[in-house]
This record gives sequence, structure tokens and C-alpha cells, in this order.
Amino acid sequence: MKYFFALALLIGAPGAAETIAITGGTVATVSSDTPIEGGTVIISGGRITAVGLSVAVPAGATVIDATGKWVTPGIFAAMSFIAVSEVGAVDQTNDTGAAKSPYSAAIDLTPGINPASSSIAVERQGGVTRSAVGLNAPTAIFGGQGAMISLAASGDIVTRPRAFQYVEMGEQGARNAGGSRPVAFLNFRNALHEAERYARNPAAFDSGRERESLVTRLDAAALVPVVEGRQPLVVHVERAQDIRNVLALRSEFPRLKPILLGAREGWLVAAEIAAAKVPVITMPLFDNPNSFEALASTRNNVGRLVRAGVLVGLGITEQDASFQARNLPNYAGNMVAQAKVPSGVGLTWAEALRSVTSAPAAIFGMGDTGTLAAGERADVVVWDGDPLELTSAPTAIFIDGVRQPITSRQTELRDRYLRLGTASLPLQYRP
Amino acid sequence: MRHSLGLGLLLAVAACAKTPPPKSAGDKPSGPQEIVSIPADPYPSTYRPYPSVTTVIQNATIYDGAGGKLSGGAVRLENGKVVEIGQTVTVPAGAQVIDARGKYVTPGIIDIHSHMGDYPSPGVDAHSDGNEATGPNRAEVWAEHSVWPQDPQFTRALAGGVTSFHVLPGSANLFGGRGVTMRNVLGRTAQDMKFPGAKPSLKMACGENPKRVYGSKNQAPATRMGNIAVDRQVWSDAVIYKRKWDEYARKAKAGTAKPTDAPRRELANDTLMGVLNGDILVQNHCYRADEMANVIAMSKEFGYHVAAFHHAVEAYKIADLLKTENICAAMWADWWGFKMESYDGIRENAAFVDSAGACAIIHSDDADGIQRLNQEAAKAMAAGRRAGLAITPEHAWEWVSLNPAKGLGIDKETGSLAPGKRADVVLWNGEPFSVYSRPEKVWIDGAVMYDWADAAKRPVTDFELGQPGRGDTK
Repeated sequence: MKYFFALALLIGAPGAAETIAITGGTVATVSSDTPIEGGTVIISGGRITAVGLSVAVPAGATVIDATGKWVTPGIFAAMSFIAVSEVGAVDQTNDTGAAKSPYSAAIDLTPGINPASSSIAVERQGGVTRSAVGLNAPTAIFGGQGAMISLAASGDIVTRPRAFQYVEMGEQGARNAGGSRPVAFLNFRNALHEAERYARNPAAFDSGRERESLVTRLDAAALVPVVEGRQPLVVHVERAQDIRNVLALRSEFPRLKPILLGAREGWLVAAEIAAAKVPVITMPLFDNPNSFEALASTRNNVGRLVRAGVLVGLGITEQDASFQARNLPNYAGNMVAQAKVPSGVGLTWAEALRSVTSAPAAIFGMGDTGTLAAGERADVVVWDGDPLELTSAPTAIFIDGVRQPITSRQTELRDRYLRLGTASLPLQYRP
Repeated sequence: MRHSLGLGLLLAVAACAKTPPPKSAGDKPSGPQEIVSIPADPYPSTYRPYPSVTTVIQNATIYDGAGGKLSGGAVRLENGKVVEIGQTVTVPAGAQVIDARGKYVTPGIIDIHSHMGDYPSPGVDAHSDGNEATGPNRAEVWAEHSVWPQDPQFTRALAGGVTSFHVLPGSANLFGGRGVTMRNVLGRTAQDMKFPGAKPSLKMACGENPKRVYGSKNQAPATRMGNIAVDRQVWSDAVIYKRKWDEYARKAKAGTAKPTDAPRRELANDTLMGVLNGDILVQNHCYRADEMANVIAMSKEFGYHVAAFHHAVEAYKIADLLKTENICAAMWADWWGFKMESYDGIRENAAFVDSAGACAIIHSDDADGIQRLNQEAAKAMAAGRRAGLAITPEHAWEWVSLNPAKGLGIDKETGSLAPGKRADVVLWNGEPFSVYSRPEKVWIDGAVMYDWADAAKRPVTDFELGQPGRGDTK
């Protein structure tokens, strides 16, 4: 993880960020389960420099009074399509997948990340400050390399390019590979062996190669960090047996660092996932058996995985209007509700907040993000109520210590149409 | 009213016309004739309420669904109906008494836009029964004829407090077919679930979907103007169809028409004529404000009324017009950006519609969203408040109960907790707009159909038997 940390420092830290003191709020640090009532958070140079009850406000600091409010780390979406898709159904604006590309694993999502995308401001309004952004794999099993981004309104938002490789190994993978799970697994093993061969001698990769090896040079090269365990592999699987089969791949590729995405039947193999120390990114509310690979879907999944010791981060695992990163705190809150259902298994409030802050950061090796502690990256949100509640919203947002606007084209539409009625000019003349 | 000669009237005439045709056949009909009519309800509801006991829920915070709130209130359910609501109610001997201290009671949630049963779980191709995308006018198809009563989605919606819902055909077509209102009580047939007496709907669609589906086949409609043009021709033909039936009925009643003079039945036109006669409600998928305005003008041109615009992402831009025209807007709380016509979605949409005095509805269109319509309404309410509108939770509850009932024409029977109405009731373990709250019990017609603490009151569909996770809490 050292490699990642260094890279993050190089790329992520912005220049001049002022000193800020957030005082008087209920500070949910995430590093501790119990919020600090009336705590203070000091931000300087893009980092948190102090957190606690009796913390002195530095001279010259901008003070934000958070009395009666909540203070948390920024929401970290363990997966989303923020900034890579503006209007989902308008192909020209959607860079999440490339059905006609000859390449797959080699695809680097970075050029598709648009810091001007309106999705950034909209999701940020919900307190989302950082996200893994993913891809679809429309035709091959590999989708390419996703990135970690910030949702900052200015500056370079790519926190870490090529942060993970993406692969489909369930129903979608079977379809993409040619029609069955066995061929998906065959594709996978072949691709990784080709990557190993490439790593041994890149210059000799093309000579003596079987014509049916089916892996382009660029794709093989892109899979070298995967097979060598330097780049995590996000694996979309739902069915319990698919999960077992993915975990078993490590007997052949021991350095593989899988992250399970989806894993709706994960609870059936929770102990095995935990023993393999493989983290899970999931959307916790699916409870319909809406495919044969997800027959055992239940809102108890996340709770049972966490009880078994699995590191679980919540994310938007499917590109679909109904699920948005700005609602992740609510999804986490639903896990608290699930714990109250007789025979339901959910999360404590503290666990729920972790699942949308420190857990996603940890899954992607961003150990300096996702909690409020001295030295941490200053992604901080002040909320007007319990951050997991449906009726709460941020009143102040900081990313890398820089205060962010809480406006978007949606707030502009709202302000324009708040009062209808005749005026001296059409509505389009309103600001 | 535009009921010149309603389907209902035709039926009534037919029911009385038991007199056999005259023995002496001639060119001119003489004496009473059999009057041919279009059956109004050929697939009738076989729904029957399940047995209930007299139940009193006491010490509850009650949102009555019509904007009222009672703190420490009580409600009495008897013979499947709400019979009394107040601070205190009579407790008959032998009544089941529930102490709801710290808990909340609301009328059941009603979803005006669902595809449950038509797009059931699992969503395999073999189950894709919601869009008869074989022609832009498929007004002859009925969503209920696709409903699979073993869809597990019904049970998840029930656990979310949904007691009635409307199943619509999809939006591939301009005229998608008839929608059906259902009780959320499982049965062996779709007819077992039909809401008795509820009017069917006609699903219509504006915008991108029909023009994309047919334009990509190089046929009309391929544009928004094509949408309206095809719509208008269909309506124009339907007006002629209605004229023929009205004329026939008039003559038959006067004894001057033979049964063979009855017009040929055209099933799509039956549906459209039902709309023109006021017996079928128009539920119109329409995102953009300008397109809703076009549809309103079209409805006036041909003499019908739109009950509700669905997916009305831009309703807030014409909230005043919706108020004037008495049309409900059924909305998501915050879906946006998934297609071009949803680009201007804002979370304040429902609140702005409501604030204009129009009928605001939160709908799901989604088997996951339907489980948490209370949460969707909470977000919409909070956004409105943040924009400066005073919206109470008891008022916002109308968006998921009484207003959808109005949009479906069932508000006399359900949608609020008023004496005489069906006892469709949810007991929540906390404030229902809190993320931490869940339904504990759900009554439908006074019968407990869901109890979170009793596995025997959590239905499991046939499909889930023998499958992993069968009977698990969801």
C-alpha cells in the first residue's frame, strides 16, 4: 500500500488551503464509535490537524459554528459512476463502457472523467466527497481500470488513476465470455497467464504465441499489476458459488487482491469471504430475487457479512437512476433500521457510518481518508441533522481542506421555479 | 361531464334486455330487441378480504393520510373498515387492543405506478411481460393479463407498508394498454388481487420512449411531433368508434336496430372509448413540462381528462397549470439524469407541485423503490422545507396515500383513516419519515397481512420455495 499512499500524496494534495476551525458540533469521528459532543475539528493545509473536546482554535482560523449540527468525514462512495456519465442514456455523454472497443483490461477510465460533469455538484450536495468510479464491461469480462476521484469543484479531481481493474464473473461475465460461467473463468485464467507471460518478457510476448490466446498486448500488460497484486481487482459476482470460485482463483494466482462487488448472496459464504480477507462493496437494499444469481438477496446481507468480520463498503453497484451516491448515508441508515427488525441483522449506527466513510477508504488502501483524526485528509462535512437521516443535508463541505459550494444546476432550477407566475420577462431571464 | 352514453349505461340496458328477439323476422325491427353491449368487467375481481378481528390501536401518533395528525390517538378497525378514529375510541369487548406508545399509525401506502407482476422477479427474458412493443397503439392489451401472482416483489412491497398499487403496461407505446389497481393481497390468480370496482386506466406515454422504440424501426413515431400526430389520429378514430356505438345504442334503445347492426368490436377502441366515456382513467407517462402541456391541449381537443402525469420530472415548471387542470403529478423524489428528458429533475419537485395546490404523488416505478415510498416522500418533503415551504409530515403523507388514491379514483374507499373506509393500516415502529423506521404490522381490509415479528405473517411466493434464503427476513 506504500505505493498507493505516495501516489495519493503526489496527486491529491491541493495547494493553499486555509485554516478552519469547526466548533461546537456533534463530531462523529468514525475512528471512535462515540461522537464527541461539542467537539472541535481543525483543518489546515488540506489535512485535519486536531480533533477533540478541548482543542484550541488557532489564531486567524476561519471559525464555523456547528452548534446543534453534526460533523463527519465526507461520504466516500465505494463505487459510483460520478463524473463519467452525464446523461446515462445519451451515449455521447456516457463513458462508462465501450461495447465496440477491441481493448478491455487496458482501458484507463481517466480520460472519461469530466470534472465539469453536473453529477459532481449534485452528489456533493449530499455530502459525497470522494468516490471510486467504475466501468461497465459490456462485451468482454474485463471492463478496464477505474479511478479514485474527489468531488471537488476545482482542481484535479483524479485522486488516483488506475486504482483498480474491473471484471465481470457472474451472469454478465458468462454472457460476455460467450455464454457460460466456465468460459468466463477460462477467459480469466487465460488472460492472467498471458499477463504473467508478458511480465516475464514483454519483448517476446508476440513470438511463439498461440493465435487463439485472445488477449491483446495492451490488455496483457494492463493485467500485470493485477496478477502481481499491485492493483486490486474489483470482481462483480452475486451468487454464493461464484464467490467461492473467485476466492479459489487465489490458489492459482496467489497475489491476486480481489474486492467483491455486489455479492448479494455473500451472507451464505460470509465466513469464507472473511477468512480470505476479501472486502465487499455492495448496495445494501436489494432484497428481491431479481436474477437467478441473486435468489438469496436480503437486506440482512451487509449485517451478516460485517458480523462475520468482512470489511464492507457501500457503493452504487449498478448504473441506475434509482440508486445515487448522495443517498448512501440513507442506505447506511436503513441498515440501522434492519437491526431493529425481529430476526433482522443490520449494523450499529457507528458501523453504518463506517460503511460510507472509512470502510470504502480502507478497501482501496486510502488509509489517510475517511475518519476525523489528526493527519487525515480533510474531507469533512457539517450536517444540519443526523447524517444518516433522510431529512438531513450538509451545510458545509470541505474536500482536501477546501470549502466547497453547495449549489448545482438543480439548485439553480429550484431557485428559478420557486415562484411561478407572470413577470415582465419569461422565466428564462431569471438568474 | 362528457358521459353522453357511458359504457355503464349500455351495460345496464343489456342486463335488462332479457326479452327474446321477436319471432317474426322482417326488414324493419319491431318490438324489443336484444341490445348488444360491450361487457364492462369481463375479468371481474375475485378478491375477498381475509377474516379480521375488531382491533383498537391506542396511544399512537397517527397521520390520517388526509393531512390530519393525532398525538396519543386511537383508531378502531371493525369488519374490515375503519370505524372510529380519535383521541380515544370505544373498545368493544373482545377487541384486540394494541398499545402503540412511541409508535406511529398511517393509512397504507398506495403506489400509483408499479410494474410488479408484469416485470416480476427474477427479471429473466421469459418474464418480460410489460411492454407490447409491437405497435405504438396497443390500447387493447391489459396489464392484468401479464400479472404473475407469484412475483416475490409483492411481498417486499407489503413489508414496506404498501396496501394497494396500480400495475401499468410499460412506456414503449404511445398507448400502452390498460392498467389495473390491485390489493396487495396474494392470490392464485391476478383476478384474486384486483381492487373491486376500481376503474381501469389507459397508460399513455410521451417523449423519448415511444419515438425511440418505433423510430429505431423506421416507423412512426420517430419524433415528438410524430408522437402527438399518431396520438391524435388514434383519438380521432376512437371518437368515430364511440359515435358508432352511441348511435347504435340510441337506435337499439328505440327499438330501431337489430343486434347485427351493432358495430364490430375493436378492442383497442373499446379502451379508448372507455376513456372518452369517463370509465377509464388516463395515466400518462410524461417527463417534460412542455409535453404535458401538449397532452393537456390534446385531451381537450378530443374530450378526455388526464388523471395523472407519471414520471413528471418537470411538473414543478407547470405546477400552476396542473392545479388549474386538476391533474395529479406522480413523481420520484430525486431521480434525474438517466435520460435526457429527466435532466432537469429536482428534489423540490413534489413540494413545488404541492405548494401550487396541485395533487402531488410520490410513485415508485420500481420494485425496490416501492418498498420505501415513505423514505422517498421524506426526502421530497425535506427539500421543500429547505426551500422555505412549510410542509408537515402529516400533510406529506398524502403524497403516498390519499393523493394516489385520488389519481386512481379509489379515494372514497381508501387512502385515509376515515370511518367507513377500508381498514388499510400500517403500524410503524417510529416516525415513518425516519430512516430508522419500519412497518411492524400491515392490515388490509382489517386483516393482518404482515407482521414483522411473526414468520407466519410473512408470505413466501411459490417461486421462492426451496430456494436459498426462503423465508428469510428481507
